[in-house]
Amino acid sequence: MADTSLGDFMLSNLQRFWELTGFANAEIGNFVMLGVGLFFIWLAIKKNFEPMLLVPIGFGILIGNIPFNTGAGLEIGIYEEGSVLNILYNGVSAGWYPPLIFLGIGAMTDFSALIANPKLMLIGAAAQFGIFGAYMVALAIGFSPDQAGAIAIIGGADGPTAIFLSSKLAPNLMGAIAVSAYSYMALVPVIQPPLMKLFTTKKERLIKMKPARAVSQNEKIIFPIVGMLLTCFVVPSGLPLLGMLFFGNLLRECGVTTRLAKTASNALTDIVTILLGMTVGASTQASQFLTPQTIFIFFLGFMAFVIASSSGVLFVKLFNLILPKDKKINPLIGNAGVSAVPMSARISNNMGQKYDPQNYLLMHAMGPNVAGVIGSAVAAGVLLGFLA
Amino acid sequence: MIKKLTTLLIALAFVTAVQARGDRKALRINEVMVENYSNFVDEYGNRSGWIEIFNGNFAPVDISSVFLSTDRNQPKMYPVPLGDERTNMGKRQRVVFYADSMPTRGTFHTSFVLVPGQENTVYLFDADGTLIDEVTVPATLKADESYARSIDGSGEWQVRKGTSEEGQYITPGGENTIRDTNNRIDQFAEKDANGFAMTIMAMGIVFTALLVLCLCFYAIGEIGKYFSRVKKAESQGIAVTELSRDDHDSGEEIAAITMALHQHFNVHDNESNLLTIRKIRRAYSPWSSKIYGINQIGQMR
Repeated sequence: MADTSLGDFMLSNLQRFWELTGFANAEIGNFVMLGVGLFFIWLAIKKNFEPMLLVPIGFGILIGNIPFNTGAGLEIGIYEEGSVLNILYNGVSAGWYPPLIFLGIGAMTDFSALIANPKLMLIGAAAQFGIFGAYMVALAIGFSPDQAGAIAIIGGADGPTAIFLSSKLAPNLMGAIAVSAYSYMALVPVIQPPLMKLFTTKKERLIKMKPARAVSQNEKIIFPIVGMLLTCFVVPSGLPLLGMLFFGNLLRECGVTTRLAKTASNALTDIVTILLGMTVGASTQASQFLTPQTIFIFFLGFMAFVIASSSGVLFVKLFNLILPKDKKINPLIGNAGVSAVPMSARISNNMGQKYDPQNYLLMHAMGPNVAGVIGSAVAAGVLLGFLA
Repeated sequence: MIKKLTTLLIALAFVTAVQARGDRKALRINEVMVENYSNFVDEYGNRSGWIEIFNGNFAPVDISSVFLSTDRNQPKMYPVPLGDERTNMGKRQRVVFYADSMPTRGTFHTSFVLVPGQENTVYLFDADGTLIDEVTVPATLKADESYARSIDGSGEWQVRKGTSEEGQYITPGGENTIRDTNNRIDQFAEKDANGFAMTIMAMGIVFTALLVLCLCFYAIGEIGKYFSRVKKAESQGIAVTELSRDDHDSGEEIAAITMALHQHFNVHDNESNLLTIRKIRRAYSPWSSKIYGINQIGQMR
């Protein structure tokens, strides 16, 4: 050691430093994933596709795919126990970010449309066929039942639910499932309109629905309490999601916790969204993400969205057969049964106005839309109860 | 402020009292061996009969100060000592007590023995003397055989011979049913390979949950409508039955009434239609003087 010259000493240290750099540890997969991350950021900023989600996820993908020497014990990787990213990732892996997001969703959501016209809840239930249709396809492809359940929940069009369920049933697939779910949610304006057009006639698209009745404050307060009790008695395994959803809604509607409701729907949701998006993105390390399974997951996610949107529309058509003539439902609100709130309701409204500028479907579509949130949480609870 | 603090303290006390601890009532005697020739060895290298206790909670539970006994009339035969961290059992975990009548050897050595060739009844009592669980081990149990529950914390009691055949394992401190796969998932994979049964069941449950919610809110809506009709009838001084069921104000009517009230009370909507040009005098004030808005830069002279 004493014979080592200063030059050799510096050289060996520089060599060691080089071995720690991203350049020395980079693999082709890292560059592919960095490209995916940049694509997500581009989609969010330039195309305005779900920027609140895709910017954190896209940048998270960049963070998670910086190559480094995993054997050096630097404790920086998201899967290295004790690292900062690993601590932040605990909210995803242990599944406590999604219920917090649901608290915020509850505090943001006005369930009036659903309370005024409760039959719209059934559209939210029908759209969950997307989940179980995808489940059957996933089994046929060769996934095990627990993996199939975790993948199929993408059809619920609900990112937090997908993350929650996959963290319990198939943690190794969670990154791909989360990215797939959020990607398709961003692509709802592209996926749904052709299906809505395909399954409806022009006459059906022109159906005008009666304005919803005014809902009293008492009904709005009773809804989260009764909703939580009923749904959680049926599916206790959905308690973390449903409990928080309805709790958030009670904060909003009770009228005496305005500050709490504001915090839950703004600051808290924003903080958790940032952490959730970033850590989910960072969890998609090339070694974990770039597998043939990911391609299947993206395919199944697409299938799930198609089946969910179609089954919502078709269910309304079926439902109209038994409804009186003056109470028919416009099948264009069927797509809103998937819970991509409020994007899919907006699509219903835009489609309706395309055929009749005086036909405002937004508030009607919000009914199945929020029922879809409840329905997908119930479906997740069922899958968890059966397969966990 | 005092009221808020009091509420907070009460809530805190309540939370502290019911913090996430398991219930001792879910403790179970899980497996017992009476005569031990070639089985489990304690930390002193000795073999003795043993009793396995299982925590059936999905939360930790502290078993210090519970009692183990072989005599119903002497419930306090062996108190599990306080102050040993190992008595804090993790969720769904097991501990083994050596029935060697040597309590001085540590927390998990009882003050009694199990006697071969006769029935041995083992009791588990809570600190207040409440019986938590008991099991009577048959006299026919041979040496190196155990008497165990088929499933941890539940299931039938069965004699286990300690061979490698399924269901015959002896598992002190381990799961009574050794599982290398998830039974439920295996069952779904085997019985419902195409997912049809899952779809039927799950969609049935989803529809039921939302249908119940839907019916419930129809009922609540109807009750709400009834009470508003009662109020309306009272305000009009007529009987409720005289109002038709659909007698409620439409959205358009409510909007028209609101606009009329707004116009009636809000005089700003009626402009005077007069234009006036009035000279506004700006009196000098040092607060608005320009010189105070300019920084004076020091100069060397």
